[in-house]
Amino acid sequence: MTRPDFSAASARSNDERFRPTEDEIAYLKDRAKFCRLETIRLIEIAKVGHYTSVFSAAELFSALYYDVMNLRRGEPKWEDRDRFMMGKGHAAVGLFPILADLGFIDPGLLDGYTRLGSPLGDHPDMTKVPGIDFSSGSIGHALSAGCGMALAARMLGKDFFTFVMIGDGELQEGQVWEAALFGAHNGLGHLVGIIDRNGYQLDGAVDDVVGVEPIEEKWRAFGWETHVVDGHDVAAVTTLLRALKADTERTKPVMMIAQTVKGKGVSYMETEPGWHLGYLDPSDAARAIAEIEAMEI
Amino acid sequence: MNKPLSDKSWQYRQLNAVTPGLDALSDALLELVAAGEPIVAGTADLQYSNGLSKFHQLHPERFVQFGISEQNMVSAAAGMAAVGMKPYVATFASFLALLCCEQIRMDVAYSKLPVRLIGHHAGISLGFYGTSHHATEDLAIARSIANLTVVAPADANQLMEVIKASNDYPDPIYIRIQRGRDPVVYPHRLPFTFGKAIEHLEGTDLTIIATGSTVHPGLEAAKALQAEGYSVGFIDMATVKPIDRNAILNAAGRCRRILTVEEHNVLGGLGGAVAEVLSDEGMPVRLKRHGIYDEYSLIAPPTHLYAHYKLDTAGIRSVAAAFIEEYRTT
Repeated sequence: MTRPDFSAASARSNDERFRPTEDEIAYLKDRAKFCRLETIRLIEIAKVGHYTSVFSAAELFSALYYDVMNLRRGEPKWEDRDRFMMGKGHAAVGLFPILADLGFIDPGLLDGYTRLGSPLGDHPDMTKVPGIDFSSGSIGHALSAGCGMALAARMLGKDFFTFVMIGDGELQEGQVWEAALFGAHNGLGHLVGIIDRNGYQLDGAVDDVVGVEPIEEKWRAFGWETHVVDGHDVAAVTTLLRALKADTERTKPVMMIAQTVKGKGVSYMETEPGWHLGYLDPSDAARAIAEIEAMEI
Repeated sequence: MNKPLSDKSWQYRQLNAVTPGLDALSDALLELVAAGEPIVAGTADLQYSNGLSKFHQLHPERFVQFGISEQNMVSAAAGMAAVGMKPYVATFASFLALLCCEQIRMDVAYSKLPVRLIGHHAGISLGFYGTSHHATEDLAIARSIANLTVVAPADANQLMEVIKASNDYPDPIYIRIQRGRDPVVYPHRLPFTFGKAIEHLEGTDLTIIATGSTVHPGLEAAKALQAEGYSVGFIDMATVKPIDRNAILNAAGRCRRILTVEEHNVLGGLGGAVAEVLSDEGMPVRLKRHGIYDEYSLIAPPTHLYAHYKLDTAGIRSVAAAFIEEYRTT
């Protein structure tokens, strides 16, 4: 697997006015590391899970939950909060520890991840897990639900933003493009889509399975404002998302294409396909943890 | 953009002027909006077919046109409900229950969001438009989805009361309606309770249980049979799920025969639901499930189809009479 070309990163991700401080950047990096390490710990309980789908999105989760989104610690149902949902619901194992860290769920629940009766499974359930703004599991629905939330917010006179993360393989779902038309037609400026462009889906490289490029041109043609960013550069991601939230005049929905690496942080996951779903035995897990502890993204 | 249909156009006259029953959906939602409820109505390029054009004209800020993207509509409605709106989304029952089955399950029912799904032109009421537009599976599909309440109002007044009762109902609802030409069963608006059957007649020879479009012809058939000397009961089972078990058991306690009548496949819909209750309780009664007998309907104007499939008054009367006579001699 070759590393994606990040040269097309958008100007807004370089806007110094919105750039986080060095302390903030260090904190966000630390939280991304926490997300990866907790993912390994939780999947050890389940004995199978989607490590790599979390690892590609860890900096995105960190930027959103620890900086960009308007949230109140310990108040998962605060009605003016920004919303987040993901079509790639299988990355929930990386989100649950963050929800616990923010006081939305009891951290003790993490210890029973996927065990009988646990609210925490491979995919997130909004009826069971405070802090999950929308359930997912069937790929392709989330952007539509996000459109509904963003439109409802406008009808209700609310200012919150709706962030929807979708996978690059998810672009193969037809409903995504129904939502693409709808979001643009209704001028949902407070809707921000994020494509985790990690290049792989279960059966192989996305562009070998059914190609989705040119992604940015497609979204632009559908009437969305588009940005391309290095999804592991937490400063660039945060800068861009802060800038997007500050633009209150925008009348287009935004699609942020986050160039990421599936399995980022664990060398053999980065270079070997076939880790969409997997299990690290204890010795491999120790190696993975050591790499994550040592890595500087 | 959004130029309304001319009232001189064929489409306007066909879809509005001749079918005043279509106003019921809009009128009921307008009542809720007037009461300050955060109602939003949506449709997928069928506002003239389901009468939401009236709501659209009066409350464009609460109307969402989804275009021909039914799945997007259902998921978006769930998103709207998740942040506090009360969405009512409507499209042909065939598209809603079949095309959007998974969106209904995942985003609406599993997530337990108060979305109201209105499947109109259900059954074979789209006549010669054909199999693609017929919905004879929707009750079976909707009934098997956990958390989903399934209701089929019989006429405009009952529809308005169902909508009114749905306002504070906590669960998602699938509302199955026809095409706005239903003959009047209820001349006055009667408060509606989900899960409560409406017992019109009591009888000892036979009880007919009908839902939605078969209530009017079923009730007329029951009255005709009574006039002929049979003792025939009649129940409007407007709520197919959760079904009124007591109403079924009371009927089964009074007579030895129950006939279900539905504009739906005889598998899995009203007949299936009644069979489940009778079987669960071990009731020693004969049950006949009348409807579409696991086949795709012919095409024809709707009234011709209802006659052909014995779903009109005369047809139901003949099926019921034969059922009574068959088991009178055995």
